[in-house]
Amino acid sequence: MLLDKDRIFTNLYGHHDWSLEGAKKRGAWNSTKELMQFGPEWICDQVKDSGLRGRGGAGFPTGLKWTFMPKEVKERPHYLVVNADESEPGTCKDRDIMRHDPHLLIEGCLIASFAMRAHTCYIYLRGEYIFERERLQQAVNEAYEAGLIGKNASGSGWDFDIHIHHGAGAYICGEETALLESLEGKKGQPRLKPPFPANAGLYGCPTTVNNVESIAVAPTILRRGAGWFKKFGRENNAGTKVFAISGHVNRPCNVEEEMSIPLRTLLETHCGGVRGGWENLKAVIPGGSSVPMIPKDICDDVLMDFDALREVQSGLGTAAVIVMDQSTDVIRAIARLAYFYKHESCGQCTPCREGTGWMWRVLTRMVEGQADASEIDMLLDVSHQIEGHTICALGDAAAWPVQGLIRHFRSEIEERITSYRIGRPHVQGSNITAAE
Amino acid sequence: MSDTAKVVVDGVEVEVPRNYSLLQACEEAGAEIPRFCYHERLSIAGNCRMCLVDWVGAPKPIASCAQAVGDMRPDRDGSPPKVSTKSERAIKARNGVMEFLLINHPLDCPICDQGGECDLQDQAVGFGRAASRYEEPKRAVDDKHMGPLVSTVMTRCIQCTRCVRFAAEVAGVEEIGLVSRGEDAQITTYLEASLASELSGNVIDLCPVGALTSKPYSFNARPWELRKTESIDVMDAMGSAIRVDARGAAVLRVMPRINEEVNEEWISDKTRFAIDGLGRQRLDKPYIRKDGKLVPASWDEALGVVAERLKGEASKIAAIAGDLACVEGMKSLLDLMRSLGVSSTDCRQDGAKLGLDASGNMLPRESYLFNSSIMGIDEADAVLLIGTNPRKEAAVLNARIRKNWLHRDMPVALIGEEVDLSYEYTHLGTGSQTLKGIKPGTGVFEALKDVERPMIVLGQSAFAREDGAEILHLASKLAADVGCFKPKTEEDEGWNGFNVLHNAAGRVGGLDAGFLPADDGLDIDGILSGAQEGNVETIISLGADEIVGDAFGNAFVIYVGSHGDEGAHRADVILPSTAYTEKSATYVNTEGRVQRTQRAVGSKGEAKEDWKIFRALSEKIGKPLPYDSIEELRMKLGEDNPAFKGVDYVSTVSDSSIEFPFGLAGDVADAPFGHAIGAFHLTNPIARASKTMAECAELATQHIKAAAE
Repeated sequence: MLLDKDRIFTNLYGHHDWSLEGAKKRGAWNSTKELMQFGPEWICDQVKDSGLRGRGGAGFPTGLKWTFMPKEVKERPHYLVVNADESEPGTCKDRDIMRHDPHLLIEGCLIASFAMRAHTCYIYLRGEYIFERERLQQAVNEAYEAGLIGKNASGSGWDFDIHIHHGAGAYICGEETALLESLEGKKGQPRLKPPFPANAGLYGCPTTVNNVESIAVAPTILRRGAGWFKKFGRENNAGTKVFAISGHVNRPCNVEEEMSIPLRTLLETHCGGVRGGWENLKAVIPGGSSVPMIPKDICDDVLMDFDALREVQSGLGTAAVIVMDQSTDVIRAIARLAYFYKHESCGQCTPCREGTGWMWRVLTRMVEGQADASEIDMLLDVSHQIEGHTICALGDAAAWPVQGLIRHFRSEIEERITSYRIGRPHVQGSNITAAE
Repeated sequence: MSDTAKVVVDGVEVEVPRNYSLLQACEEAGAEIPRFCYHERLSIAGNCRMCLVDWVGAPKPIASCAQAVGDMRPDRDGSPPKVSTKSERAIKARNGVMEFLLINHPLDCPICDQGGECDLQDQAVGFGRAASRYEEPKRAVDDKHMGPLVSTVMTRCIQCTRCVRFAAEVAGVEEIGLVSRGEDAQITTYLEASLASELSGNVIDLCPVGALTSKPYSFNARPWELRKTESIDVMDAMGSAIRVDARGAAVLRVMPRINEEVNEEWISDKTRFAIDGLGRQRLDKPYIRKDGKLVPASWDEALGVVAERLKGEASKIAAIAGDLACVEGMKSLLDLMRSLGVSSTDCRQDGAKLGLDASGNMLPRESYLFNSSIMGIDEADAVLLIGTNPRKEAAVLNARIRKNWLHRDMPVALIGEEVDLSYEYTHLGTGSQTLKGIKPGTGVFEALKDVERPMIVLGQSAFAREDGAEILHLASKLAADVGCFKPKTEEDEGWNGFNVLHNAAGRVGGLDAGFLPADDGLDIDGILSGAQEGNVETIISLGADEIVGDAFGNAFVIYVGSHGDEGAHRADVILPSTAYTEKSATYVNTEGRVQRTQRAVGSKGEAKEDWKIFRALSEKIGKPLPYDSIEELRMKLGEDNPAFKGVDYVSTVSDSSIEFPFGLAGDVADAPFGHAIGAFHLTNPIARASKTMAECAELATQHIKAAAE
């Protein structure tokens, strides 16, 4: 259990003043200049030592990512781009950071940019986040007025500008290279990697793209020390994390907790437990819609961190926990997610463009039971044909929920098919065999 | 770091340049990699995912087209990275991609024009399943209107974006794009209009499936029915390498062949689509004008009339060669004229002041060739265009300038009409005075002076005027001053950046063959004014169709050509000859490259090859030409000018210094440069006989009108 004194986001629920004055009272912008005087290497080392892993889903070590940037600024400027295109179904953690604790993010932008020798930072905001944009812009203006950012930011001698860019609501623009394309004014389609953004990113210049939460926690880590952050969570899964719990719990919420907290503890402590009691739990999608779901027996004792969830063939993702109780039609739930990925696929590369629609159509039939049992294996095969064969990770994200469904709820699909056929002798063998 | 990297493909170790893609390395190692979106001459999209290979140790298969070999880490033990194109993972990945490509692709091969030459069809045999597992409804996509040249069936599209990249990168018109998302993504021209490009037909070749096919050729033939002849194009002076596909007596289509030194693998729309003009307006028998009307005649009769005329006073006879005339035809006509004592011969139909100096002596070849060679454009560091619109005069060459501009930021400047060249340039001025004002050190287009390989390109509108010789002098002097000519040395291969861009396929051949006024002979202007005044009574026009009929005055015109165009209408005797697809003939392109067309179909009716007509005529006159076969004629050509010794290309960058400048020192008039070509699609009799070209020309004028509004 995380104690209140160890919380980074002390205004996650917006009970206090979000503005500069209030944020300063809570510790933001405290000795920012002094932190910067330790130099970029020290900052990178601290973040590296803290064990912070990217909070956007992939969990790549943040400090290490920062060191990929060139050590010297040559003819091309460096950029920091903050990925605030939070569009994954179930995920809403960055939203609360931006509207209730925006100064933590802005201070993080300054420190991270300084560590990567960038004078400019772009915050790419999800199209639907209109209120958040207004709030963030107000906070940025405040920071400019107070001299915290802008020329000679915080008196550090470092010139620093923040631009907030409002996206147009495409999920794919949350993929880092598609985000860069969109920021450049082009159609949001992922780029081929290599070259990686640290080498050729925004406008062909060295760029680092980080999640809002990764950036927002950085100043506090520096202030309180890498060791402090590292003591939370298991080895290799350090720190505190904002979990966003939605679905069939009594009190859905966002909560900052230690990494590696048991899922059951998380739900029962902060969310008032599963609706109808723990035994009423059917499955949980532990990290936002793109990771495979896990059934109750795994949920019983699984820990919420990168490695533990990977061991059970799922993932921490963005730590957006979607809870489903026994009343849930899991096939329908996944069919709806499949529709989402079909709708959001950019259409650039073949497996995702063609495969997502195929999976959605098969799943839609399976919801009714209008399918053949052999199609379950075919669906699994199709999902494997998408996974790992695409330019970006959207293909994987579309395939994993389907794989999770078949892995854990195959019998339910089979039952659905069987029950549809009962009393309908004319569909016996189904139209599928007839067509062959 | 060395320039090469090693990679092991299926157990075969190859060493390739570091900038090679893995796909190229695999091919080097003998492994065949299927692909749809990858194309050597376009940027890498990596979107079809067909070229996935297995990099041993990598977590997932990688797209070999997008992976530079130089970026691949060696194995843990330090040995070169290992790649498998035949592993189970690689095969499964490709089979998967193929299945995805096919699920929404219509099974309409029997009615698809791409059938038999379709990448998807071919690769489906190798990687597809025996039967489909896809039971859902297939996607249908609305067809897009893309003008009179490109026919679309967009349901067949596999979204490889080759056409998009071609339009944006090579043609320089961002008029094709991929709109919408996911499975709704479709290729469109946005406004459903034809591409405002002279190269639009190339998207047909690029399209790996039957989504974009040739409209004029649609439903005409299957590829296996066609007789394929490798030949040379004559629609402009580039001499693009083409393949003529014919069935029976009809030429059904023209496709580009790869010639890195000339056209890479592009051809212009005129090259590709003017061929329906080969079947229309053809002259298939001799005609004689009787009582003001042309009536059919026998060869014997027609030749008799002509021979009679030619026995007249030599000073009152003249011969003009047109734009499509082949070297053999011009040579035999020239030899015939000289044997009759006729000295008024000219191949410069447009009146360009090229080839001869003030005293009537031949200028060196370098004064009228594209000396840097077309491939040299890739190496040029700055280009000054004078009196030319390369986009219309040599569209494929223009794409090459664009390529250099795009990839190397080469500065371009233009003196002449301000037109859209598909790339940015500095417009220095419109006329000869601007040219005169350019002196090194005056600040006008200094880029030309400060670079290693400067290039000056002069179009025909710079020469086809009163002061053409003076402009030649000015321009060649400028070329010398800025260092366009660097002789060959031991270390350096030299550079000659003084370039003349021709627009007539026959022109350089004519100049090389010496089809110019001899001694006191009249040039084109003299011949025509002589005809008006009655001093010239007989004119032989070898396809000189760009001269308006009235210009011949009262002269007796003997027209030798293939089409019933301007020249034939005015003619008193018509001797029908063959077109470029019907004969083996020599053409010299603008860079001095001697090339030969091949006979793809038989001649129309009683038409004969030009040289045979003149050989027969000489017999009739009683002064037979000294060759009985085309081989003997070519021998003679080689003897008279070593350039014709073989079919090849000899660089004009020599180690001997050329005497710059050429032309005539003198004042130039303050007149703007005009345009050498009016309508791109209607520059020669074949194109003017083509229905397709007429449609395109109509559309092009609409484009211009729309742009003006």
